[in-house]
Amino acid sequence: MNERFISFEGIARRYPAPDGGTSTIFENLWLGVPKGEFVCVIGHSGCGKTTLLNILAGLDAPSEGVVLVDGREIGGPSLDRAVIFQGHALLPWRTVLGNVAYAVSSRHPRMSKAEVEEHARRFIALVGLQGSEHKRPAELSGGMKQRVGIARALSIEPKILLMDEPFSALDALTRGSLQDEVRRICRETGQTVFMITHDVDEAIYLADRVVLMTNGPGAMVAETVVNPLPVDRERTDLHKHPAYYPLRNHLIDFLVTRSRTWRDAIPADHDPRRPPVVRPSIPAPAAAAAASETAVQSEMLRNIA
Amino acid sequence: MNVSIGVRSSVLSALILVVFLLAWHIATRGTTAGGPPMDPEYAKLMGITATTGKSAMPGPLDVGAKLFEHLRKPFYDNGPNDKGIGIQLGWSIARVAAGYGLAVLLAIPLGFLIGMSPTISRALDPFIQILKPVSPLAWMPLALYTIKDSGASAIFVIFICSVWPMLVNTAFGVASVRKEWLNVARTLEVGPWRRAFTVILPAAAPTILTGMRISIGIAWLVIVAAEMLVGGTGIGYFVWNEWNNLSITNVITAILVIGLVGMVLDQLLARAARAVTFPE
Repeated sequence: MNERFISFEGIARRYPAPDGGTSTIFENLWLGVPKGEFVCVIGHSGCGKTTLLNILAGLDAPSEGVVLVDGREIGGPSLDRAVIFQGHALLPWRTVLGNVAYAVSSRHPRMSKAEVEEHARRFIALVGLQGSEHKRPAELSGGMKQRVGIARALSIEPKILLMDEPFSALDALTRGSLQDEVRRICRETGQTVFMITHDVDEAIYLADRVVLMTNGPGAMVAETVVNPLPVDRERTDLHKHPAYYPLRNHLIDFLVTRSRTWRDAIPADHDPRRPPVVRPSIPAPAAAAAASETAVQSEMLRNIA
Repeated sequence: MNVSIGVRSSVLSALILVVFLLAWHIATRGTTAGGPPMDPEYAKLMGITATTGKSAMPGPLDVGAKLFEHLRKPFYDNGPNDKGIGIQLGWSIARVAAGYGLAVLLAIPLGFLIGMSPTISRALDPFIQILKPVSPLAWMPLALYTIKDSGASAIFVIFICSVWPMLVNTAFGVASVRKEWLNVARTLEVGPWRRAFTVILPAAAPTILTGMRISIGIAWLVIVAAEMLVGGTGIGYFVWNEWNNLSITNVITAILVIGLVGMVLDQLLARAARAVTFPE
């Protein structure tokens, strides 16, 4: 059960096309996400990754197939699945505290006002916004707004956190520090995360597993890539790890060419129900060089293997 | 030139007022000299204004004196044709409040419905489009015939003229609530009533208030005309009655007071609009 905590089971999404027919975003899509994993979906714009996330959020419904969460079919939005939106989607007439408290009181309708506030403050502090509780979204920077969005999503203590390119509108520096924070919080709480991104480096840093989607329309899950980097990775020396470049090259290679060409030459043994799991291998010379280095690094390598 | 724009504009305003009052004063000052001597019979017939050469148009000083007199005793009541301006204004404001209040009660819930349901919106659109441009006074005979009460008819006319801007603005405001805010409510499993009051209403409030502000302006315009027709009480009736008395001074005084009250009503709504506006 834990291996398929989230399970997309043969889902399709079709829209009526202007010419009277239907256009298929994707069909027969199968994907499982284990509990406690951080999964990133990458693919080009228009491949249907946001549709996939909206279906999982319950904001959109599949034309075919079902999505199971924890063994049960989802039938709409749920407090068990919190969404961090691409544009922060804060309610501008509410303060920071008001926005988070709104979510808390939706989760716990019977909580007293003081309890709701106390609970909300805890999550505002978690994203480092204490002192800004009474500011309105318009008074906050883009990064701070997204922090509030994160606090709001976490405050309902969801089973799954859904993120739709949450950092794409931020500058590089802010994006980095927010990624650090999200990673820290998700690791501390063992949160299951389903995130959409088109930023390869973001996926490498955050994800335990990267799902590669081919170009739409008629997008498919080409493969899922297991992130070989150690769990306790640091942003600063990520690139020193011998598995870093093989992984990065593999992802970039997919985005640049294979996402386009993959469909023309689908491997004969490709089973849409079980997309292949790929572990980018460390090239032999690099592995040898790494092995001869410090004990710490060989320890890291053993972790990968 | 370190004077702030506020001071500069106030000085200019005062200057314009002074120039206007002076021009008015000079224009209406009597021209005693000149002209051939008048036949005493004729002079007697025409009364004092014609014989002194003074216009029936009052000067600013006359109007000022009249205004002061009205303000000193705004609520006197010497029978149906001689009531203080305060009483007349009170009647008008009460009628506007009643008609406008009824319009709010209908237009905002109905506007919500139209804004939330594209089907209802399309279904009601032809009716709104046809009824909206009708002058509210065109409803007057119909109202008088069906309601059979002139006071209630005036209230109905106010109602019918204030309903449209509020209805259209509420529907527009509700329909254009950002999808992402609605999605936030959906993912938080917020029920329809709570969603209406905690997401849609605050998001649409600035647009709704804009409609309410337009409506109160129209209502105040229309009440004067409506009261001229129905008669009896109210500031509109006062203006018409003073015209029949040929008291231009009172007419001008009333114009001034109508303007002031209209401004106050508008400012009240403007303040309410500012209170619900949120910066994005």
